Amino acid sequence: MEPTHESPDRDCSGELRERVLAAARARTPLAIRGGGSKAFYGREAVGEPLEMAVHRGIVAFEPTELYLTARAGTPLAEIEAALAAAGQMLGCESPAFGPAATLGGTVACGFSGPRRPYVGALRDFVLGMRLLNGAGELLHFGGQVMKNVAGYDVSRLQTGALGTLGVLLEISLKTLPRPAAERTLVQDVPLAALAIEQMNRWAGQPLPLSASAWDGGRLYLRLSGATAAVAAACDKLGGECLDAASAAAYWMSLREQTHAFFAGAAPLWRLSVAPSTPPLDLPGPMLIEWGGGQRWWRGGGEAARLHALAAAAGGHATLFRGGDRREVFQPLAPALAALHARIKASFDPHALFNPGRLYAGL
Amino acid sequence: MMDEATQALHARITQGMPERLILAEMEDLRPYECDGLAVYRQLPRLVVLPETIEQVQHVLRSCCALGVPVVARGAGTGLSGGALPHADGVVLSLAKFNRVLAIDPLARTARVQPGVRNLAISQAAAAYGLYYAPDPSSQIACTIGGNVAENAGGVHCLKYGLTVHNIRALEVVTIDGERLRLGGEALDAAGYDLLALLTGSEGLLGVVVEVTVKLLPKPQLAQVVMASFDHVDVAGAAVARIIAAGITPGGLEMMDNGCIRAAEDYLHAGYPVEAAAILLCELDGTAEEVAEDLARVETLLREAGATALQVSRSEEERLRFWAGRKAAFPAVGRISPDYYCMDGTIPRRELPRVLNGIAALGEKYRLRVVNVFHAGDGNLHPLILFDGNAAGELERAEHLGAEILELCVAVGGAITGEHGVGFEKINQMCVQFAALELEQFHALKHAFDPQGLLNPGKAIPTLARCAEYGAMRVSRGELPFPELERF
Repeated sequence: MEPTHESPDRDCSGELRERVLAAARARTPLAIRGGGSKAFYGREAVGEPLEMAVHRGIVAFEPTELYLTARAGTPLAEIEAALAAAGQMLGCESPAFGPAATLGGTVACGFSGPRRPYVGALRDFVLGMRLLNGAGELLHFGGQVMKNVAGYDVSRLQTGALGTLGVLLEISLKTLPRPAAERTLVQDVPLAALAIEQMNRWAGQPLPLSASAWDGGRLYLRLSGATAAVAAACDKLGGECLDAASAAAYWMSLREQTHAFFAGAAPLWRLSVAPSTPPLDLPGPMLIEWGGGQRWWRGGGEAARLHALAAAAGGHATLFRGGDRREVFQPLAPALAALHARIKASFDPHALFNPGRLYAGL
Repeated sequence: MMDEATQALHARITQGMPERLILAEMEDLRPYECDGLAVYRQLPRLVVLPETIEQVQHVLRSCCALGVPVVARGAGTGLSGGALPHADGVVLSLAKFNRVLAIDPLARTARVQPGVRNLAISQAAAAYGLYYAPDPSSQIACTIGGNVAENAGGVHCLKYGLTVHNIRALEVVTIDGERLRLGGEALDAAGYDLLALLTGSEGLLGVVVEVTVKLLPKPQLAQVVMASFDHVDVAGAAVARIIAAGITPGGLEMMDNGCIRAAEDYLHAGYPVEAAAILLCELDGTAEEVAEDLARVETLLREAGATALQVSRSEEERLRFWAGRKAAFPAVGRISPDYYCMDGTIPRRELPRVLNGIAALGEKYRLRVVNVFHAGDGNLHPLILFDGNAAGELERAEHLGAEILELCVAVGGAITGEHGVGFEKINQMCVQFAALELEQFHALKHAFDPQGLLNPGKAIPTLARCAEYGAMRVSRGELPFPELERF
């Protein structure tokens, strides 16, 4: 059954556990599916669909304790609305890539948005989770407190693992207050090299930066915080100040990839590199985010070349959308790949969960 | 006099590193018999002090081949016995890895060896207006490698996070001598987040031989408000109000009356000795930001029922306000022959219940407890005062500590916020986690270290140990917290 906005909150962990136990007995791989909004990402999924969207509902939200706990199938939009009503937000500004996006899918993908370099990644806000491992065991790691070093940090390990290490059932996230003020400045900076240098220089100064992007010869800087601090930083940095609606729309267009740069069918590459890396040697336009740390490029280039370029810049390249989906992530060094396989086996010995979605054989 | 097994180990290790870097004599081993938790002591077979990563690889390969346990050690300032040696094992000291390798001011990172002291990183970065944020109270002595192993925090975690939030890359050597690079210079890395997994893994998964940390610009200004309260509950409610107002202080600390008095007697920082509790709320950022937040915090604290407020008007005064808090442990050391520092985390709203519970437990065990609290992030440090020379007091202190941690779990918290499980809290892990989670931890450990040679007996208890502990804890046929799942 397709969930709708009217779908009631429901704890389906018992049924989901039964499904995993049955799959374990029959050795049937499962393709874990939330809202399907990020089905484009990663290698092709195989297996019987395991629908998570019915397992939904905010379980706990305590603004003064700065945490929220929700079932994995809870729509991201519902969580954002609940937070906004309390004057809070998810600090990582994760993209949804569609209205059906769920919390579980977002955490499994580990995506973060424009605030990432200044406030933190999604994994930085994950406090704990309940999950099913490949033996159908219901496990609980971490909790709802932000300082907790008891046991291995399994919750962060699961974040971004694309569901290959378990079925995420319930996730606790640290929440943040919304900034009192937010303004976006635009400056004409025709050269990428100069834009990258400026983004890095400013990040090294005590300025309330909360997002940055270089796009078509223009540098966008967002400042968030106390009203007076934002105003003082705007005076210091200079540039045209966007009105609030245009600014919000601009950052949303980057976060959700509705910006014109992302239109069309050409393969989309994400290059995650050391933020101060000079412009990469690639033809055609590039969109730079995250203070220089996240660079988007369109083109059907040879994967090996992009991987080499990113590695030389201290990072990695991902075929984010489109192109040849057989190998989309940066290959791992052999010892690291072997360790990944052993970690996978420790959670999912029968290779039930999203086999091959992250890497072949994982 | 080395026994046969130690001789064989010594001979094997000398094949790949100079003998001068291997300690085997009793008097040389003695300084390594404990860490910052000195109540537990054990001599290892050998202590090795490698100077190169190749030597670390060689030591680990040797131990792997001979099936010898390895305990990695930084400065030995840990408070949970994480670096307590193994009787049959080797202590692998990273003390000689003490160089800052590179600072990239533009990218705001520092690449350092694991034996570099926490504070030394900030000192090296200061020339660029940058610093390394996590500041455990032992920061003048503790090393970054140890910080990674423990996921160390400090007084600024609420705003700036723990070690895991402030590192970019690790170079790790596995038990079979393999070098792995985890994370990178970019903001994320391909594959599983092993950088996060290794952080706080207490030396059970690998040995850190290089760390790349993130550096932050030094805030322009910091000011601290000291607020007095007639009751700890009122102080706790004031904390919730500040958070609810959307303010994220750089530091937010609470001390109870016992701790205020000890600190004041020691340092004369001007603390109000009659107050039931004080809150220290530090606001940092640009001058405009601090002024704006300060005005709001002062109003909130008054509304919340603070009986007195003092705001630091100079850097000197700010440091004076903090001096008492930072010296709380030595101050308590002056009023008691010994003290035992606990490290539980609780949801902030449970503070009154937990403090009352701790007071009741103190009465039960006839020991005094004073409390310092990282109020912003719910990390409580009860200090149990005892006299190790008085018969039975250490044992009572340990039991009291165990019950305090179990109380933290019962209210939805954790047995350790920043000190780690180590050897000390291994039994309480049986309360924090059920058997299935512990089994999953063991499976994960097996993926890294199938022979279980890295820091055995720490951090994750065996199920047999938990069964034994569970049996021991049953009193009058009842478990202390019957609502918790047991096995």
